[in-house]
Amino acid sequence: MTAPRTLFEKVWNHHIVAEPKGEPTILYIDLHLVHEVTSPQAFDGLRMAGRKIRRPDRHIATVDHNVPTTSAQDRLHIVDQVSAAQVNALRTNCAEFGVEFFDVQDASQGIVHMIGPELGATKPGMTIVCGDSHTSTHGAFGALAFGIGTSEVEHVMATQTLPQSKPKTFRITVDGDLPFGVTAKDIILHIIGQIGTDGATGYAVEYAGSAIRALSMEGRMTICNMSIEAGARAGMIAPDETTYAYLKGRRFSPKGAAWDEAVAHWKTLPTEEGAVFDRELHIDAATITPTVSWGTSPGMVTSIEGKVPSIDDAKSEADKKSYARALEYMGLKPGTPISDIKVDAVFLGSCTNARIEDLRAAAKVVKGHHIATTVRAMVVPGSQAVKRQAESEGLDAVFKTAGFEWREPGCSMCLGMNPDILAPGERCASTSNRNFEGRQGRGGRTHLVSPEMAAAAAITGHFTDIRKWKRTEGASR
Amino acid sequence: MEAINILTSKAAPLPLPNIDTDQIIPKQFLKRIERTGYGEFLFYDWRRIQEGPDSGQPNPEFVLNKHHHHGAKILIAEKNFGCGSSREHAAWAIHQYGFRAVIAPSFADIFFSNAGKNGLILAVLTDDEVATLLDRCTKDPEHKITINLEAQSVTDDIGFNAHFDIDPFRKYCLLNGLDDIGLTLRQAHAIDHFESHHDKDFWSAPKAATA
Repeated sequence: MTAPRTLFEKVWNHHIVAEPKGEPTILYIDLHLVHEVTSPQAFDGLRMAGRKIRRPDRHIATVDHNVPTTSAQDRLHIVDQVSAAQVNALRTNCAEFGVEFFDVQDASQGIVHMIGPELGATKPGMTIVCGDSHTSTHGAFGALAFGIGTSEVEHVMATQTLPQSKPKTFRITVDGDLPFGVTAKDIILHIIGQIGTDGATGYAVEYAGSAIRALSMEGRMTICNMSIEAGARAGMIAPDETTYAYLKGRRFSPKGAAWDEAVAHWKTLPTEEGAVFDRELHIDAATITPTVSWGTSPGMVTSIEGKVPSIDDAKSEADKKSYARALEYMGLKPGTPISDIKVDAVFLGSCTNARIEDLRAAAKVVKGHHIATTVRAMVVPGSQAVKRQAESEGLDAVFKTAGFEWREPGCSMCLGMNPDILAPGERCASTSNRNFEGRQGRGGRTHLVSPEMAAAAAITGHFTDIRKWKRTEGASR
Repeated sequence: MEAINILTSKAAPLPLPNIDTDQIIPKQFLKRIERTGYGEFLFYDWRRIQEGPDSGQPNPEFVLNKHHHHGAKILIAEKNFGCGSSREHAAWAIHQYGFRAVIAPSFADIFFSNAGKNGLILAVLTDDEVATLLDRCTKDPEHKITINLEAQSVTDDIGFNAHFDIDPFRKYCLLNGLDDIGLTLRQAHAIDHFESHHDKDFWSAPKAATA
């Protein structure tokens, strides 16, 4: 009899290549996702050392961070020459090293964390890495997935492994029914608000409980995506029927008898009864409300019913300094009701919230309304697949009629590496993941919210409690 | 990677928690495809005046712009340094600016890993120890600190003496300036052997259907 094991331990143990004495474990990597920003120096490193990519079949590449979202034409002829050179470098590097590449015009292009699941490349029990911190997204499938730096990108290319020290385990259980108008985004913002942006540093988090089980794959990806915002090495959710239903029939999913065998294997992965975690946290879903970030760190959040805090609300001296700096940067007065804060821009997009379910939910709020005259708003679908699906459902027309711009897929204003940025002082309701200073453009002020809350803010011009909106408007999810 | 052991230098105090990698090296510099040349862009926005008629000019209040702190090889900050984006450009920028060590009560995981691969010592001290050093280096910009990696100590001339923990393998690599890939390739046979059975687990192959 072996001791009951966690999902994380099973996936970890299954990928141990070697455990050299006194050194980190050599962990095998099943899938390496590659994008234009963090890879060029790694490819150069391989060339300089005369190395090849050990397993090109375990690599997938696309362009997302830099590409313009304005039109298909603008993407093929990028005006910014530095961006164009970086995109071209990935093109030539993938051709030279034999990596499958989904270019800007490809039907499968999209944000790297969108296309892994959409292609069925992301699967339960895998180890997945990418030179991007939001790689934690793929943990929604019961994979061990984490972001890495460029030296590690080169390491995976050369060896298909990474030396890794084993993280501790942390289970966050969210039980109960989510209240009306409360989404996966609100769950994860609430969690980060509770434990802080370093609350899970050194841990692989498993999200469990009935509220997590009830979520779609899209919602689970939103939660795992922001694990890194709590400092976690990875976020995971055990695979179940929802997971298998999502994966079945996808391009890189097993077919026929192999599918049944794969599912049988995946069913052995979930954490066993009695398994021990290094840390546990329980949250009652009923206590979560629509959540809005007010500051410059994803832990600085409050309820839509709340107010901008004062420096005295900070728990430590270090936090007091952060609060003071954040309040000044955000141009907010303590005590201001969140619902009184006016927005200039609304961004619906990013690897956190640009999936079809997110766009459907936002479109439901928007339908029959027009954005406030003081607001500019854009929808940036996370992938070509999401864009096509949304257009086939007429969602693009709903958004365009309401005054939103309907864009091409990419990371866009989540980090503003392409031309989509905020002007200094501009205030944005954003469905993305980071509200750091200057993240969406120098001097820009970001408030993180769910897609429904972003949509409502676009229409009223200020943060609006979606629960009241839904009652008065009769729309519901 | 250059080897490092004992470092004596004045230090630049940055008394803020949760300094994220977007601040360390803003996104516009991530479009470059080179591995060098990031030092001049370290804390780009914080080093410049953001508003008003002097917008874009050096901000004289920012620590790295203060003459007395020029040449500092040690950066001191508060908890959770390097959080956020995985961009290794943050470690490159800090190293290429001239820093060889960062002292803080805690570091974010990915930054911690990236720093180790670029010859940067990250010394984790307690909140109180960091507060003492921040205070001493703020009051006297010429105040010198010594980090001894072999001894895992941080000391100064007026009695400060703190110990920091470091993973023995990380320490070994820093002391010897070792390239990780070469070390892993000593295990090439183990990787071959692992793949010979792991490849049969088609459920963990990225492209199962085409295999």
